[in-house]
Amino acid sequence: MSNKIKWGIHPDTHKTPTESKAIETNKLPSKVIIPVRQHIGAPCVPLVKKGDSVKKGQLIASSDAFVSSNIHASISGTVIEVADKPHPVFGQSLSIVIENDGLDQWEDGVLVERNWEALDNNEIVEMVKNAGIVGMGGATFPTHVKLVPPKDVKIDTLVINAAECEPFLTADHRVMLEYSERVATGILILKKLLGVDSVYVGIEDNKMDAVKAMKAAFGDKKVNVVPIATRYPQGGEKMIIKTLLNREVPSGKLPMNVGVVVQNVATAIAICDAVRNGIPLIERVVTVTGSAIKEPKNLLLRIGTTFADAIAQCGGLKFAPDKLIMGGPFMGNAQYTTEVPIIKGANGILALGKAEIKLDAESACISCGRCVSACPMGLNPSMLSLMAEKGFIDETKDIYNLLDCMECGCCSFVCPAKRKIVHNIRYAKKVSAAKGGK
Amino acid sequence: MSTEVINNNVVSNEIYVSSSPHMLSEVSTKKIMWTVFATLMPAVIFAVYYFGMPALTTIILSVLSAVIFEALVQKLRKKQVTVSDGSAALTGLLLAMCLPASVPFYVPIAGSFIAIVVAKQAMGGLGQNIFNPAHIGRAALMVSWPVAMTTWTNVRYTDAVTSATPLNVLKLQGYDALINMFGSQSEMYKSLFLGLRNGSLGETSVVLLVLGGLVLIFKRYIDWVMPACMIGTVGILTWIFGPDGFFTGDALFHMMAGGLIIGAFFMITDYVTTPITRKGQIIFAIGCGVITVLIRLLGGYPEGVCYSILLMNCATPLIDRFVRPVQYGRK
Repeated sequence: MSNKIKWGIHPDTHKTPTESKAIETNKLPSKVIIPVRQHIGAPCVPLVKKGDSVKKGQLIASSDAFVSSNIHASISGTVIEVADKPHPVFGQSLSIVIENDGLDQWEDGVLVERNWEALDNNEIVEMVKNAGIVGMGGATFPTHVKLVPPKDVKIDTLVINAAECEPFLTADHRVMLEYSERVATGILILKKLLGVDSVYVGIEDNKMDAVKAMKAAFGDKKVNVVPIATRYPQGGEKMIIKTLLNREVPSGKLPMNVGVVVQNVATAIAICDAVRNGIPLIERVVTVTGSAIKEPKNLLLRIGTTFADAIAQCGGLKFAPDKLIMGGPFMGNAQYTTEVPIIKGANGILALGKAEIKLDAESACISCGRCVSACPMGLNPSMLSLMAEKGFIDETKDIYNLLDCMECGCCSFVCPAKRKIVHNIRYAKKVSAAKGGK
Repeated sequence: MSTEVINNNVVSNEIYVSSSPHMLSEVSTKKIMWTVFATLMPAVIFAVYYFGMPALTTIILSVLSAVIFEALVQKLRKKQVTVSDGSAALTGLLLAMCLPASVPFYVPIAGSFIAIVVAKQAMGGLGQNIFNPAHIGRAALMVSWPVAMTTWTNVRYTDAVTSATPLNVLKLQGYDALINMFGSQSEMYKSLFLGLRNGSLGETSVVLLVLGGLVLIFKRYIDWVMPACMIGTVGILTWIFGPDGFFTGDALFHMMAGGLIIGAFFMITDYVTTPITRKGQIIFAIGCGVITVLIRLLGGYPEGVCYSILLMNCATPLIDRFVRPVQYGRK
């Protein structure tokens, strides 16, 4: 399979510092900052105010909008502030700050043991919605929306995206090794819910131990655990569908249009916990790594833990990082402060030094075509970038299919002139959207 | 916290913030250019050994003047001087390699002027030129100093003392005269392969040029399909349209003669002036092969590599417009 793949790149994986380190549960932070905006779509409305005492698992913000998901307190304590705070993706967001009372007490009635196999599908969707579960691979799209496809769409396959193709990140890898039973249960719940026979778990072949663990966890259940070529961006939704099923999602459409629902490994765990035990999404595994981190680790962190607290649990910083990133080095967001919180979609904190980020000056495009060869979508990134810079926004959209770009960053990575191709493409998308050109 | 802006990156004393991706590959324009420069060195050293000091003088004049012209124009245009990226030096070197060793000193300087100032900087500088600058330089010299550009002095290698290139002999005196020139057919192949023949100073040694080209292919700086398509097209066409009817041509001779090897490995693999997609590059390379053969077999000049490349350069924007990569989800 691997030698057929012509798209993408094969960067250094940088996974060795953390891939063999067991997930650590460390002491709870003294405070958490929980933004009411975790993802695109409607922000939630806070249900608590300053001075309220809250318990772990208590609903603290919600919204009536369809594309939205509930937010729960991740520790017990007192709300000390409801105010705008730095946000790792949106710059700023209204956030609920909870001071830890050190008791870590569950809200009454949250924890319930259920036999999920006996549950009705509508009940399961309701539980997923109530638990505030979102796609935890980075896109953070509310999960329950994906689980209720429109009536005219027929879903025949569930794909579990466990590629973890981003360098540095090992959170999903460790989760599959250490929490394989919960991952498998979450996947089986999804299988039942979607009523599909065919389930694929795609894992990059640099994690064969995870393939083995997942196969063992499924036992005699009919689930295909498939090692796939280690190639960035294998974990892109469209790429993994193509690799596993040889289906292409048509331009402008969603995976469900080719009969597929894609879910991430961490999301499967959240679903298992919510449906089987009533636990809302209040914690996740995060890889904290990069050359500036003293002891890179995989940490189980409460949502709202600040980067500063997470880094402190890894022995602190060796030196002031030149770049601080939430997520992976290819699609993550650069941060300007360590006072930003872990949100539901945060799979990594990277504190990188100069050697890792490179700050070479941009020079002229020499039309070498590396970006064209690397683009997994078959676009012409150099032309998109040049036209965006010159202001030919309509042409980028109409002739060069601007909106097909998923911003994976392969083009900028391979560019010998170090051109800010993705940056320019994002700019073109923004201008195009502002013109109403969707 | 003091901040400044460098290339869209807001840079503070503490932390860099920019749009993703945050990881970039090791390859750079500078590295590519100087690597290509280095892979030409074996052929250059051979040229100096074989053609003597005039070759060295021509090369040094050409490279130096190219670099100086580039710096001067960039200063005049109030642009950043980027001669350290190696592109001007490489253009100068490629130009020199397409010249007879013993041209008067002003010829390589004039060629570099045309190549750098007219063909490259006047078009907007690196990345903007339509035509291969080295070949534009050579073409301009061909019409300006036709005698100097076709005067092949005797070479050091005593067994091959002659003042004509093999393609010239073939054009003017025919195939038998060509064989006689080398003694036998196998001697001819051997001489061409090793580079023991007259011609432009850097084009003669097939083995050393291919060696350099293979290094570039191995490093993935160039794609093997381009040289393969151009050389293959020339081989097939010259074999089919032979002097004594169909399928009688000497393909091997045509593939090793003239500037084909340096053209196929080092000229049509110039990124700027050739198509950006692989399919487009194949069309380009085959087009170059066809035009080369047309000029060699039917045209007035004995050699056509330079003009074939310049003509196909014109077609590059058109090829790029119509030949697109296969797009995901748009079948």
